[in-house]
Amino acid sequence: MLLAPARLKDHWREQRLFLVRSTVGGSLMLVLTLMVVARLVDLQVLRYEHFSDLSRGNRVRIEALPPIRGLIYDRNGNLLAENLPSYQLELIPEAVSDLDGTLDRLMELGLVNQDDLARIRQDIRRQPRFRPTALRYRLSDEEVARFAVVRQHFPGVDVQARLIRNYPYGNAGVHALGYVGSVSQADLERLDPAQYSGTTHTGKIGVERAEEDALHGSVGYRQVLVNAEGRILQELDRTRPVPGQDVTLTLDLELQLAAESALAGRRGAIVAIDPSNGHVLALVSQPGYDPNLFAAGISPADYYALRDDRDTPLFNRALRGVYPPGSTIKPIVGLAGLQYGVITPWHRIYCIGHYSLPGSSHRYRDWKKEGHGPITLTDAIAQSCDVYFYDVAVKLGIDHLQDFLGHFGLGALTGIDIPSEKAGTLPSREWKRARFSRREDQVWYPGETVIAGIGQGYTETTPIQLANMTAIIAARGARYRPMLVASRTNPATGETEVLAPHALPPVTVSDPAFWNEIVDDMTDVVHGERGTARRIGLDAPYRIAGKTGTAQVFTIAQDEEYDAEEVDERLRHHALFIAFAPAEAPRIAVAVIVENGGSGSGTAAPVARLVLDNYLLRSVD
Amino acid sequence: MLDEPLDRPRPISVAQRVLAGLHLDGPLLMGLLTVSGLGMFVLYSAGAENMDLVLRQGARIGLAATGMLVVAQIPPKLLRIWAPWMFLVGVGLLVLVLVMGEIGKGAQRWLDIGIVRFQPSEIMKLAVPMMAAWYLHERPLPPTIREALLVIGLIALMPAALIAQQPDLGTALLIAASGILVVLLAGMSIRLILAFGALALAGAPLLWFNMHDYQRQRVLTFLNPESDPLGSGYHIIQSKIAIGSGGVFGKGWLNGTQAQLEFLPERSTDFIFAVIGEEFGLLGLATFLTLYVLIVVRGLYIASQAQDTFGRLLAGSVSLTFFVYVFVNTGMVTGLLPVVGVPLPLVSYGGTSMVTLMAGFGMLMSIHSHRKLVPQ
Repeated sequence: MLLAPARLKDHWREQRLFLVRSTVGGSLMLVLTLMVVARLVDLQVLRYEHFSDLSRGNRVRIEALPPIRGLIYDRNGNLLAENLPSYQLELIPEAVSDLDGTLDRLMELGLVNQDDLARIRQDIRRQPRFRPTALRYRLSDEEVARFAVVRQHFPGVDVQARLIRNYPYGNAGVHALGYVGSVSQADLERLDPAQYSGTTHTGKIGVERAEEDALHGSVGYRQVLVNAEGRILQELDRTRPVPGQDVTLTLDLELQLAAESALAGRRGAIVAIDPSNGHVLALVSQPGYDPNLFAAGISPADYYALRDDRDTPLFNRALRGVYPPGSTIKPIVGLAGLQYGVITPWHRIYCIGHYSLPGSSHRYRDWKKEGHGPITLTDAIAQSCDVYFYDVAVKLGIDHLQDFLGHFGLGALTGIDIPSEKAGTLPSREWKRARFSRREDQVWYPGETVIAGIGQGYTETTPIQLANMTAIIAARGARYRPMLVASRTNPATGETEVLAPHALPPVTVSDPAFWNEIVDDMTDVVHGERGTARRIGLDAPYRIAGKTGTAQVFTIAQDEEYDAEEVDERLRHHALFIAFAPAEAPRIAVAVIVENGGSGSGTAAPVARLVLDNYLLRSVD
Repeated sequence: MLDEPLDRPRPISVAQRVLAGLHLDGPLLMGLLTVSGLGMFVLYSAGAENMDLVLRQGARIGLAATGMLVVAQIPPKLLRIWAPWMFLVGVGLLVLVLVMGEIGKGAQRWLDIGIVRFQPSEIMKLAVPMMAAWYLHERPLPPTIREALLVIGLIALMPAALIAQQPDLGTALLIAASGILVVLLAGMSIRLILAFGALALAGAPLLWFNMHDYQRQRVLTFLNPESDPLGSGYHIIQSKIAIGSGGVFGKGWLNGTQAQLEFLPERSTDFIFAVIGEEFGLLGLATFLTLYVLIVVRGLYIASQAQDTFGRLLAGSVSLTFFVYVFVNTGMVTGLLPVVGVPLPLVSYGGTSMVTLMAGFGMLMSIHSHRKLVPQ
């Protein structure tokens, strides 16, 4: 080191060197700073529009993944409601700047129908602006292709593959099954908005509505990055939805179809119940309608046509149609007479064709003008003698009568597991007091008891109530709440929850022989020599217990004649028939009502026979 | 011409007198406080209007300013004497951290000494340029090739390599830069500089193979951010959108959609520059850049006025390193450079780096205020 040439510190030179170096450093700093500024000018001035657009449209959006709706099967595994993939054209209002222009152009392309415009606008108004609104359901492949070509000109509009509800049997069982429709504002008040954030359709009525919770499943989510046009760039995260449970009904599709065809062309209802457990085997209300219309987004024209149809296809006659039960309640009026000891099986009255209360001249007429002559309970039921039951009703008094009929579920909701059932009316003193406001109307008149004995007057029942009543007779008092939903199955695990029959307190009588008496009498209706429905019993390979009924649509004046030929079809009597079979070991109980069908024996009984045949004579394979 | 006596002192204001008494440099102090003050406004917006965050940052600025004041009182001579000891202790701690990291698995930058947790790399931010300046102080300049290599290798790169192992690439690069800058300012020969440039280019592949996966990913993403818009590229894309959409005048304070809607990650720390760009536009960013440049210019002026080699080299290095911070951060946020975790000095919300930074400026002020009056 010491030998090396001496290097001396030269302060002035060092300082000058530093000045040069630091000036270079400072200049370099300025150059680099200008580079950053140039970059900023590039980003903030030259490409401002681009980034401004991105910042407006750049959203990480949470998208709901709707669960797959559960399937619905009949009791034999026939698929009644399924989900089919379908393409639909959707619009996100938030992402569309010129809504009118967009819709106009789509209409020119034939991708939006003029008729749907009102519905589309309504949907857009009702929904949050980020929610896609369906412009058109069920696009054909050609239409999908046609849109694909012009897609880039329609920001905020896109074709989406969605599952839509399909009912492969169309009208079949629609009044039991119900349908799904677009989630409405009213639905959203009832449903959990979070769970339905991706769901477009919800059960509106029937099983679809009643089992909504099970069928719907729970919603999943995914985080997506969307661009300024609302198109998805990439999926960031996903929580899978849990599919809804499959529901198996007690309904028997084959029986349902047979019942519907038996009633084809008529207005009316049929309800068939398994008396041993309350399973509803068939539930028909005619005319019906195609639930697929609703699932696919019904057009206003179609909807108004259904709503305003004179035959009211949307009306569920089986649950909501209230009809006077007419003579169909005679068996249990007779049973009430036996139970309260006002008659015995051997008790005989003399029918002269009309009945008058003591001290009154008013005649309550029998359907048979000349009268049935001397008659017992058996014949009174088989021949449907009115006078006999006028007498029984008066002897029972309205309180006992109403109480006993109430045990059979008349005038009260049966509690069937789908909504919108009506209760009907089983009149009583209390009912009248509550029903009417005028003092003189609130009084129960003895004459009202008379006609209550044959199911006329204030008494109004629904077909499901009559079927339920019939099932109780068939089961000799055992009572079940009618049910349509047999089980629910988790499609992922196959785990099945079977819903047990819901037994209600049975109807008890002091002597079980009374049941046999009534069942025998009802068997005579079909199989007896003079039974009102003997025509359907002639060739029956099994024994049927039944009862005809005829309900007046309007009241005939005292001395007028009812002539089926003359009165308008809509004013004809409703035809009713209740039956169960085989009489000795009933497997099915059925109630049939044919509106304006004329007579129970002529119109309703043959329908019931077809239903019973289908169920009982079916080849088992 | 004898109106004024020659020995009449130049008039100085009370403020100047106070500052001089405290060994503070007015222009530098003004620049630092202006940037950190404006930074708190930005932080309020970037931190989702969390006043707590701003107050903590304010406290930190206060602490850092106090640190600066304390350091400014230390005569440069003492700093020079302490330099080797600080450097040795710093290296020792770095090794300790690495050993502990080996035991604890994964990234280990913090040292818990009971009362405070701190990063030894922060000491090195000051100790490396101090050590380099100390080494060259007694020697005639420009340094020989051997001396230059020794400074670069042992004083700059060795601790940087230790820090890179933590792994903290950003800090490692900055510390290496602060040491190398000292040699460059000392007059390292141009030929050697060019040779190093060539070596660096050749060594790049070597560096590549020694990088961690996430570091490589950052470089790849830097080269093509769109390739991974939701992973590593997300930061850059969102940051560019934020800045670009700010335009010339910005969207206004608290109105930056990218920042307020939380699209922009790390918006109160490393990416706060993008928040400024979005809310205050090009004008806002230019203002900040100008302030930074002014601070560095003042620092270089102080360095040029320094009376010995140690002070000159240290002040020059601290000033230019400060600019490297600014450039690396702004370059990263604007997509000019890969994403390396370097905060925007004085503005980003963050711990010890603020204190270190201000302590560095304290050394500048000490150098400037402890000059002996030398007759011209």
